[in-house]
Parts: sequence; C-alpha cells; structure tokens
Amino acid sequence: MIKYSYKILLIFTIFLQSCWGDKGAPNYEYMPNMYKSLSYEAYSENQIFEDELSARLPVEGTIPRGYSLYEYEDTNEGYDLAKKELSNPFSFVQKDILKAKELYTVHCGICHGAKGAGQGILVKREKILGVPSYADPGRAITSGSTYHVIYYGRNSMGSYANQLNEKERWMVTSYVMKLKSDLSK
Amino acid sequence: MDSKVFSLKITIKLFKKLTKLNSLKSYAFYLIFITSFVSNSYGQEGDPVAGKALFNTNCASCHKLDRKMTGPALRYVEKRLAEDEGLEREWLYKWIRNSSSLIKSGDPYAVKIYEEYNKAAMTAYPQLTNTDIDNILAYTAQDKAVPKPTAVASNLAVGPSNGIGLSDEIILGVFTLLFLLLSIALVVVTKTLKTLAELKGVKPKEKKKTKPIWKAYLENQFLMLCTAILFLLVSAYGFYGWTMQVGVNQGYMPVQPIHYSHKIHSGDNKIDCNYCHSSARVSKHSGIPSLNICMNCHKSIYEYNGETTEEYTKEFYDAEIQKLYKAVGWDDEAQEYTGVTYPVKWVRIHNLPDFAYFNHSQHVNVAGIECQTCHGPVEEMEIMYQHSPLTMGWCINCHRETNVKIKDNEYYDRIHVELSKKYGVEELTAAQMGGLECGKCHY
Ligand code: HEC
Ligand code: HEC
Ligand code: HEC
Ligand code: HEC
Ligand code: HEC
Ligand code: HEC
Ligand code: HEC
Repeated sequence: MIKYSYKILLIFTIFLQSCWGDKGAPNYEYMPNMYKSLSYEAYSENQIFEDELSARLPVEGTIPRGYSLYEYEDTNEGYDLAKKELSNPFSFVQKDILKAKELYTVHCGICHGAKGAGQGILVKREKILGVPSYADPGRAITSGSTYHVIYYGRNSMGSYANQLNEKERWMVTSYVMKLKSDLSK
Repeated sequence: MDSKVFSLKITIKLFKKLTKLNSLKSYAFYLIFITSFVSNSYGQEGDPVAGKALFNTNCASCHKLDRKMTGPALRYVEKRLAEDEGLEREWLYKWIRNSSSLIKSGDPYAVKIYEEYNKAAMTAYPQLTNTDIDNILAYTAQDKAVPKPTAVASNLAVGPSNGIGLSDEIILGVFTLLFLLLSIALVVVTKTLKTLAELKGVKPKEKKKTKPIWKAYLENQFLMLCTAILFLLVSAYGFYGWTMQVGVNQGYMPVQPIHYSHKIHSGDNKIDCNYCHSSARVSKHSGIPSLNICMNCHKSIYEYNGETTEEYTKEFYDAEIQKLYKAVGWDDEAQEYTGVTYPVKWVRIHNLPDFAYFNHSQHVNVAGIECQTCHGPVEEMEIMYQHSPLTMGWCINCHRETNVKIKDNEYYDRIHVELSKKYGVEELTAAQMGGLECGKCHY
C-alpha cells in the first residue's frame, strides 16, 4: 500500500510540474471559443479572399476618407514637375515642428543623420551607403521634390507613404528644408 | 588632362630636390613617391582612399563595385569603357558631371546605356572636380580584395546561452578532486580503525531486531492524519498554481518563418521601434511591418556583416535575407521585382483574448509609456518572446501605480483639476481616472 502512495505522489507532482513545457507552442486555454474573435482581426487569415489576407488594400479607383489624391506620376517627368511646382499646403506651428523632428528622427535620421548631412547610424556602420546630404548642390532638392521622394521613394531609397500620412509627410518635408538651409549656412 | 601635367611638374620638382638629397632613406621614399606618379595604367593617378570616401557618399546608392544595382557595376569601368567603346577619361568627366546633357547631346554610347537601364536617371555631380573624379576612378580601378579566411571562432567565444566559463570549470575540477581525495581518506581511516578494533578484540554490538519504520508509521494514527492534511494542502496549492497559469503565455517564443532578430535591428543598428511598428502611435494595433518596409533597407543590405556566433553564422543570416527576397519577390541579380510573392505568416505572440480591449496609442502616445515597459528588453532579443504575463492583474497593477501624463495634453486640463480635488492628491493615477472600470477593458 505504501509503495503505491509513493507512486501516486510522484505522478501527481509530475502532473503539477508539467505546467507548460514547450515554449514554442501557445499554452492551453479555458474556453477558446470566448478567446478567439468571430470578427476578422487585423492580421488574421481569411478564407474569403484568394490570398487569405484579412488586411486589404482600398478598392482600385477609390480613396479612403480623409485622404487626398497625389497627382504626380512616379517617373522622372513627374519628379521634375513636382520639384518645380509642388508646395506645402499646410502651415505649421511650433508644436508641429517638434513633432516633425520626432518623426524625422525615427524615419529618416537612421540614414540621413540628425543634421541631414547623410551621416546616420546605418551609414556610419557602413550598412547603407550613398545617402546624400540635403545640401547636395547636384540634387538641389526643393520641398516639392522632397515630398515626391517621401511619397514614391527614389532609386535605392524606399517610399514612406505608408508610415506617414499626408500632413506628417509635409511636416517632415518642412523639417528637411529647415535642415537644408541650416546645412548650407 | 591637367592633372597629368600637374603630376609631371611635381615629378620634375622632385628630381631637382633629389639631387640635393643624400640621405638614403628619403631617397627611397621619393622613389616610391615618383613611381606612384609615373606609372600610368587606368585610374592610377588618384588617391583611392579619398576616392572611396567620395564613392560611398555620392555613388554607392546606385553603384556597387561588383554588383549591378540601380546603375552598372563600376569596377574597372574606365578600362572597360576604353577597351570596349574607345571612350576617354574626358567622356567620363562629362558623364559624371551631367549625364543627362550628354544623353541629350546624342552621344551614342550614353544613349545606349541610358536605354539599357530603362532610362533611369543618374544624378548630376557638377560639384566634383577632375581630381575628385580621378580619385573615384582610382578607387574603382583597385583589384578586389581577396577575403581573408575568417578566424575560426575559438571555443571561448560561446554564445550567451552557455554560462560556464573556463575559470568556473577549473574551480569545479579542483573541488571534485578535493572531494575525491577526502572520501578516499575517509574510507582508508575507517578501514584501519576497524582492523585496529579487531586486533584489540572489541566486537561491534549486535543490532536488536525492531519493528520496521514504515510499520510503526502506519500504526501511528496521528502521524497519518498530519501527512494526509499536508498532502492535500500541497496539492491544492499546486492545483491552484496550475489553474492560474492556464491561458497565460508568458515566455511564449514561437519559431518565426523568417529569423528576424530585434537584437540586430533595434539593438546593434538602433532602428527605432516606430520605424517598423509605425501604427503604434495612432491605432489600437502596433502592427507587423509589411515587407515593403523591410525592402527600404534590404534593397541595399543583401548580406549580413555583423557579429556572428557559432549558432548563428553569416551563412545562416544570409539565407534568412534570401527568404525575405523570396517572399517579396525581389530578384537580387536583376535588381527588380518579379511580381511573384509569398506573404510571410508571422506567428502572433502577444494576443489578448477577444473579450479584453487594449489600445496601443492610448498607452504609447497618450500615456507616453516606453515599449520596453510592457514588452521587456526587446533590443536584446535574438528571438522575440512574450515578456509580460498580460493578465488582468498585470494591467490593473500598472493602472494603480502609474500616473497619467498631463503635460502637453489640453484634454486633461479640466478633468484633472476636478478629480485631484475629489481625491485630494497632486498626481492622478490611471486607476483614479477610471482605469479600473470593467467597461473600459471589457465590452
Ligand atoms: C534606408 C535609408 C534611408 C532612409 C530611412 C531615408 N532615406 Fe532618403 N535617401 C536614401 C538614399 C540612399 C538616397 C539617395 C537616393 C538616390 O540615389 O537618388 C536618399 C535620397 C533622399 C533625398 C534626395 C532625393 C533627390 O531628390 O535626389 C531626399 C529629399 C530624401 N532622401 C529624404 C528622405 C526623407 C524625408 C526621409 C524620411 C521620411 C528619408 N529620406 C529616409 C536613403 C534613405
Ligand atoms: C541616382 C543613381 C546614380 C548615382 C547616385 C550615380 N549613378 Fe552612375 N549611373 C546610374 C545609372 C542608372 C547608370 C546607367 C545609365 C543611365 O541609365 O543613365 C549609370 C551609369 C554610370 C556610368 C557609366 C557606366 C557604364 O558602364 O557605362 C558611370 C561611369 C557612372 N555611372 C559613374 C558614377 C559615379 C562616379 C557616380 C558618383 C559620383 C555615380 N555614377 C552616381 C545611376 C547613378
Ligand atoms: C526593422 C523592423 C522592426 C523594428 C525596428 C522593430 N520591430 Fe518589432 N517586429 C518586427 C517584425 C517583422 C516582427 C514579427 C516577427 C517576430 O515576432 O519576431 C516584430 C514583432 C514584434 C513584437 C511581437 C508581436 C507579436 O506577435 O506579438 C513585439 C512586441 C515587437 N516587435 C516590439 C518591438 C519593439 C519594442 C521594438 C523597438 C525596440 C521593435 N519591435 C522594433 C519588426 C520590427
Ligand atoms: C532601417 C533598415 C532596416 C529595415 C527596415 C529592415 N532591416 Fe533587416 N537588417 C538591417 C540591418 C542594418 C541588418 C544588419 C546587416 C549587417 O549587420 O550587415 C539587417 C539584417 C537582417 C537580417 C539578417 C539578420 C537577422 O536578423 O536574422 C534579416 C533576416 C533581416 N534583416 C530581415 C528583415 C526583415 C524581415 C525586415 C522587415 C520586417 C527588415 N529586415 C527590415 C536593416 C533593416
Ligand atoms: C501598456 C503596455 C504596452 C506598451 C507600452 C506597448 N505594448 Fe505592444 N502590446 C501590449 C499588449 C497587451 C499587446 C496585445 C494586444 C492584443 O492582443 O490586442 C501588445 C501587442 C503588440 C504587438 C502585436 C500585436 C498588435 O496588436 O499589433 C506588437 C507588434 C507590439 N505590441 C509592439 C509594441 C511597440 C512597438 C510598442 C512601443 C511603441 C508597444 N508595443 C508598447 C502591451 C503594450
Ligand atoms: C505600464 C503601465 C500600464 C500597463 C501594463 C497597462 N496600462 Fe492601461 N493605461 C496606463 C496608463 C498610464 C493609462 C492612462 C492613459 C491616459 O492618460 O489616458 C492607461 C489607460 C488605459 C485605458 C483607458 C482608460 C480610460 O480611463 O480611458 C485602457 C482601456 C487601458 N489602459 C487598458 C489596459 C489593458 C487592457 C492593459 C493590459 C493588457 C493595460 N491597460 C496595461 C498604463 C498601463
Ligand atoms: C485594465 C483593463 C481591465 C479592467 C479595468 C478589467 N479587466 Fe477583466 N480582464 C482584463 C484582461 C486583459 C483579461 C484577460 C486576462 C487573461 O487573458 O489572462 C481580463 C479577464 C477577465 C475575466 C476572465 C478571466 C479569464 O481568464 O477568462 C473576467 C471574468 C474579468 N476580466 C472580469 C472583470 C471585471 C468584473 C472587471 C471590473 C471589476 C474587470 N474585469 C476589469 C482587463 C481588465
């Protein structure tokens, strides 16, 4: 009898200890049907669509509410046109400029550097090369061309249109122009 | 051309000086100096070191030495152009200063290469002097450095998972040895004592036959009761603990389809969390970056050159970057998208049950809480795992302890004054603002 109870104790403790061994798989849940969402979550799979993604792009030919159309094309001609005639439709106050600096540091500073001289941390570590200074005379950037480049990207620089909305893009653009004029001083 | 004339002048000057010199050492020095000027193969009259700096700042975004990027590979470009197309350095000066005017002027090779690269425009560099361009060409004329065989990582350079260092092992060995010696000594001593006792005629006592201990135990009712109670209490406690961890995924660390390392991106390369998780400041979700964001950098970063360990080698990391290319459909040879994509199925780690509502912008943007407060030392994680329990107790505790950030937030001006009067405090916690109401998180 006593031999038995030892064994029972042993099994019981093992049962208690083996809470959740494999950290590579999720733990078990009480009532999964109350945990899982019935409606589609942002990143869930979805059998309705062919590519099985719940995250969808806007239907072609439509724009989401609060967005506006950007009419310049992603070509050299579009770039030249934007460079010539596009200008900032917003006017910013001091608070926006602080915010712009923050956005710039997060999204552009890693390559272009805090001062815009093309010496961000990724450049210093030689991970990404050929980042120009904003004051580069050969490029002679304007606020129109900067906005265009943020929107579409250019050569090896990517587009930032999905990380920054329209107002934020113009905020960053005006901050870039401020850096440019500081650099050329 | 004028730089050649210039170097000739210097050479003559040096010869004049040389006749005056008699120190052998400086003679040798000048000799080297002169030969470096006089020898005249492609791109030799320039400073490759200065050229490298210029190349990296101006050209490297579109050109690599040995790979096609936006523009052609540039190693031995001058030699190639001279031998294949019969173009002089003058042409290169013109091209680099302003390629588009050269194309417009109808220069046949310029038009040809422009068409070949799908009319991608090369930036104009009017600011580069001839010497600058000579330096760049000198850099492109250098032979490719043969990669040194990388030093094999020694046994000492083990990863962080392996805690026992060499000194620890030595100490352990010494202790084991000591222990062994002691036990041997003990055995020897008891043996001699026994033989001594036998010699003297002392007999060890006979053991009396007693009840075995378990029988005595079984017969003792009180002891049995105590054990039973103890046993029940312990198992009840264990059972409670076990039920409380059901559904808590603290430490959950799934294998992701691409071995994406936060340590390398946010730790070593200091990329801000918001660069990728850019929706954290404006929405409920932080979001996993779509692959085009990865390509903002990985169009240029096609291989890994950072620190490696025995477990994670350069080959391993390079293969992971190739996986990324396959997923977005990027053909690295041709430098263009193929259009065939395979969406990456990242395994979601942090996930609250459907009946609880959590919003990132409320915490990150309004309350100004660092990501690391909730997600732990992400910038040190080679593999992402869940740092916090994400239980209701955890949320509530923090709401009790954390003050709301009222600075720069007009929204709180009135409510803050009124509530702090009500509670008689200076600073309000999130709980006093209503962060404990069930309906804020469950609806
Ligand atoms: C991953 C590194 C990287 C990041 C991040 C980055 N850039 Fe760039 N940027 C580049 C490179 C490389 C070029 C050179 C592109 C070329 O060769 O024309 C460039 C060029 C530019 C130019 C000049 C384009 C022209 O007209 O010739 C502007 C303006 C610019 N970036 C603005 C920005 C802004 C604003 C941001 C932040 C939203 C940003 N960049 C973020 C790498 C980066
Ligand atoms: C904006 C991207 C870009 C930058 C920056 C750039 N190039 Fe180019 N380069 C090109 C492209 C694209 C071509 C191919 C011709 C074309 O489409 O205009 C080219 C062609 C060339 C050629 C002709 C190569 C051949 O095989 O015929 C040379 C030489 C050259 N570039 C040198 C340079 C130098 C030197 C620099 C830096 C001072 C530089 N490039 C900067 C994009 C660039
Ligand atoms: C270069 C882009 C990038 C940067 C920068 C980045 N992350 Fe991530 N993050 C990812 C990707 C991709 C994943 C999904 C893969 C994974 O879980 O490892 C992820 C996953 C996560 C997750 C887990 C999501 C889940 O499934 O629950 C958390 C939490 C997280 N990141 C926090 C951070 C924090 C905090 C920082 C800043 C220190 C940061 N990230 C910086 C790209 C990035
Ligand atoms: C802001 C630039 C940047 C972005 C955006 C970025 N990376 Fe990286 N990535 C790097 C750098 C820098 C390295 C290190 C290269 C080195 O050290 O040579 C790297 C290395 C890697 C590696 C090899 C090391 C490792 O982590 O396993 C992989 C795989 C990788 N990145 C995947 C991704 C994925 C997937 C994304 C998108 C979620 C992404 N990267 C976004 C800059 C970036
Ligand atoms: C107050 C605590 C807290 C802070 C601060 C916080 N997170 Fe989270 N994070 C969570 C919780 C809780 C979840 C699970 C959310 C869910 O399942 O609805 C989560 C989920 C995530 C996810 C994956 C799923 C999703 O909702 O997108 C990512 C990625 C993430 N966090 C990144 C970040 C980043 C980046 C920051 C900093 C900008 C940050 N978090 C700040 C608590 C926090
Ligand atoms: C690191 C501390 C911290 C953690 C952990 C935390 N919160 Fe919060 N939370 C706050 C603070 C501070 C505020 C007040 C923000 C403000 O100023 O409105 C807040 C506000 C909220 C609000 C809005 C309350 C209101 O009065 O409108 C909700 C809802 C909320 N949190 C949900 C959660 C949930 C769900 C969790 C757990 C998954 C959680 N929080 C974890 C600090 C935290
Ligand atoms: C700060 C946000 C927050 C508030 C306020 C809050 N809860 Fe919760 N509650 C949660 C979260 C998050 C979970 C999910 C915990 C988990 O998954 O382990 C949860 C889970 C629960 C559960 C289910 C437990 C389970 O594991 O299935 C119940 C029941 C519950 N809460 C009741 C309440 C009641 C009653 C109140 C009001 C007194 C309340 N909650 C207030 C965040 C909150």
